[in-house]
Amino acid sequence: MATEAIHDPTFLFGKLGWHSIPLYDPVILGTFVGVVVLGSVLVGALTYYKLWGYLWREWFTSVDHKKIGIMYMVLGLVMFLRGFADAIMMRLQQVMAFNGSEGYLNAHHYDQVFTAHGVIMIFFVAMPFVTGLMNYAVPLQIGARDVSFPFLNNFSFWMTASGAGLTMVSLFVGEYAKTGWLAFPPLSELSSSPDVGVDYYIWGLQIAGVGTTLSGINLLATIIKMRAPGMTLMRLPIFTWTSLCTNVLIVASFPVLTATLALLTLDRYVGANFFTNEVGGNPMLYINLIWIWGHPEVYILILPLFGVFSEVVATFSAKRLFGYSSMVYATICITILSYLVWLHHFFTMGSGATVNSFFGIATMIISIPTGAKLFNWLFTMYRGRIRYELPMMWAVAFMLTFAIGGMTGVMLAVPPADFILHNSLFLVAHFHNVIIGGVVFGVFAGINYWFPKAFGFKLDRFWGLVSFWCWVIGFWVAFTPLYIVGLMGVTRRMRVFDDPSLHIWFIIAGFGALFIAAGVFALLMQIFVSIRNRKALAVDGDPWDARTLEWATTSPPPDYNFAFTPVIYNVDAWSDMKAHGYSAPTSGFKPIHMPRNSGAGVILSGIALVLGFALVWHIWWLAVVSFVGMVATAIRHTFDYDRDYHIPVETVISTETSRLAPAGVSSEG
Amino acid sequence: MSSMIETSPDQPRVWHLEEEPHHAEGHSTPLGFWMYLMSDCLIFAILFATYAVLGDRYGGGPDQKALFDLWLIALNTAMLLLSSITYGFAMLQMDKGNQQGVRKWLLITAAFGAAFLVIELYEFYHLIHAGYGPGRSAFLSSFFALVGTHGLHVTFGIVWLFVLLAQINKHGLTHSNRRRVETLSMFWHFLDVIWIGVFTIVYLMGTI
Repeated sequence: MATEAIHDPTFLFGKLGWHSIPLYDPVILGTFVGVVVLGSVLVGALTYYKLWGYLWREWFTSVDHKKIGIMYMVLGLVMFLRGFADAIMMRLQQVMAFNGSEGYLNAHHYDQVFTAHGVIMIFFVAMPFVTGLMNYAVPLQIGARDVSFPFLNNFSFWMTASGAGLTMVSLFVGEYAKTGWLAFPPLSELSSSPDVGVDYYIWGLQIAGVGTTLSGINLLATIIKMRAPGMTLMRLPIFTWTSLCTNVLIVASFPVLTATLALLTLDRYVGANFFTNEVGGNPMLYINLIWIWGHPEVYILILPLFGVFSEVVATFSAKRLFGYSSMVYATICITILSYLVWLHHFFTMGSGATVNSFFGIATMIISIPTGAKLFNWLFTMYRGRIRYELPMMWAVAFMLTFAIGGMTGVMLAVPPADFILHNSLFLVAHFHNVIIGGVVFGVFAGINYWFPKAFGFKLDRFWGLVSFWCWVIGFWVAFTPLYIVGLMGVTRRMRVFDDPSLHIWFIIAGFGALFIAAGVFALLMQIFVSIRNRKALAVDGDPWDARTLEWATTSPPPDYNFAFTPVIYNVDAWSDMKAHGYSAPTSGFKPIHMPRNSGAGVILSGIALVLGFALVWHIWWLAVVSFVGMVATAIRHTFDYDRDYHIPVETVISTETSRLAPAGVSSEG
Repeated sequence: MSSMIETSPDQPRVWHLEEEPHHAEGHSTPLGFWMYLMSDCLIFAILFATYAVLGDRYGGGPDQKALFDLWLIALNTAMLLLSSITYGFAMLQMDKGNQQGVRKWLLITAAFGAAFLVIELYEFYHLIHAGYGPGRSAFLSSFFALVGTHGLHVTFGIVWLFVLLAQINKHGLTHSNRRRVETLSMFWHFLDVIWIGVFTIVYLMGTI
């Protein structure tokens, strides 16, 4: 390995040198060339069409929660392609590495691939998707003009993007962690991982973590403070309720991740001994701490999608959601219980029968409120007039898939069973079952549901169906074999196999991955075709005959969301408004007070990226300069007191008139 | 917001209020900052928990009794507690609208905060110089992490304080600046509360 050579750090470049660029690896080199070519084409096209100014003014510096939400979704989609490429590489390796073959990935590379896959899919795909949906829909659902702290929202997005950027840089400069997605010590300590991989891991997550925590605080304050008159907590749309609980979880768990990673950083950078095996250090402490964050994290991901399914099932069954209050209390129960189960991730550590029993039982109890939710959705559908539009199809696929994933989860919650299944492919199949079946299907339901709200036209149904069937079939073909070989005892993260009888299962799983790849392609086609046919697919404000407040305004909504904030009288505010003959006001408009755009978030996050890079490579002068630069930029921003403006009344009038011009909002009256 | 009016599904519908609900600039800041403080509190909770687990892992090195000088820490604690009182005086002056008084008491607060930091740095220097840096044992790692993180927060607080002084000089006690003084006040007292935990758990329980 080229990286095994010892290179003395220099002042100017730290540990960085020509040896850091992995030119010796044809797979990475090929990817690098591809990225450079495509990147140049993209940059060239943006320059040629003079789009940089437009992007900067209208998107990058925007504090509009709708645009920030869409940028989160784009970030999630881009990172999804990277994370999915990692998945395909692993499947291919495991198909090839039988009968004495080493496959095409060496151990050094393969270990980075499975680490990067996990980190990217959780932190830079699932989190941006979830945050994006919340950012877009929550303020609209509660009748707010924007979030509580609009600039902070922009800053949070860019910090997330900056963390993703640093993680992507590791692909071509140096290497990524080879430790698995949670970087357990002592493997992640300097003694076992002297390279920069773990440092990329740490700083990428720390930078993105700042954004996540701040965005959690922001959305919490928004839901508590900015609701429309009359919208009591028990009249919130369920999606907003689940967002509220998710953001409580974010604010109450991401600091734990920050602190834990900071301690690992101290071990690696100043020679502290928190998690080493020397002078009193304790690696098991890290594993406890990281899962105190990690278990709430999985509920951070799934709860908002439970909210999406609630909206979708109610809308497409043309019925009020069955058991609204029980849905709220089930969500709150899950929120609290999610803090009491972290130890089930390491029953085998040896905490003793009593401790394991407590955590095993607590874990099983979570299935009760989750089951209650499932029955609520089923009873909502019962005797409803169900329309199988794309979001509804994803919702039904979710219910079937997630129920199986939940059951295998309860199996894993039984400590004696877990002793057999721990660290096996059964576990891998289980969490992909709940994350793909729950989070990914939910995100697709949410995208198909809210896309017409965001852009004013529906997504193409044909390609949506292709994507749907490829994903659902592909998921089961890809992961059922992993359940089976996992039960046989095959462990996760294996690069080569000795037992030829297992080969067939990995070939089947590989075919499943191809199906999913077709589903991903169909998704991209769906977006492309829909944009091309946007005129034919155009819709009015309320294309689904939906029930919640975000559908009361135009699609796409104006910058200010609502010209007049509606007064709320009931759950399902928009249904109530339609039932009582609401019509949008046509006169009496006033100027509207809005927050002003700011470039400070982009600049701060850009410097954070440089700072992270400097810290990874021990380029101390650059770290000091960029840190001082960040503080100075932040302070400078606080001297800017001119943060808001009024949209003039003429603009409001022209916007509102044009919205009412084409045959009105058809579903009114 | 929503608590301002009560509605019921049975009443006749009036869709819009006479006066649009207005969210003044900074209306959510106290709540948002309070939530930030709670998230910061969690970081300290993890550091306390780490200290609780590792605080008696001396790795053959010295323990608390051998290292801590309680009188020095008592002096240190006094500096920080006094800075909280003087911040309170600054708040009282702000209520009276006395800009000079606010500036004076904020400067005194910064001085006490700086004294706290100097004493802490002296303690750290002394320990590291004697060979008891964060790498010596898991106990010392967790000690430096907990006390050092608090010290970093105080450093940040002092920087913030001077920025705020400059802003008060420039714009006076405007609505925004009053809010900022109040927000920093929450931060400053929060650090005091954390320090009382540090003083009790690390220093008192370690040496007595």
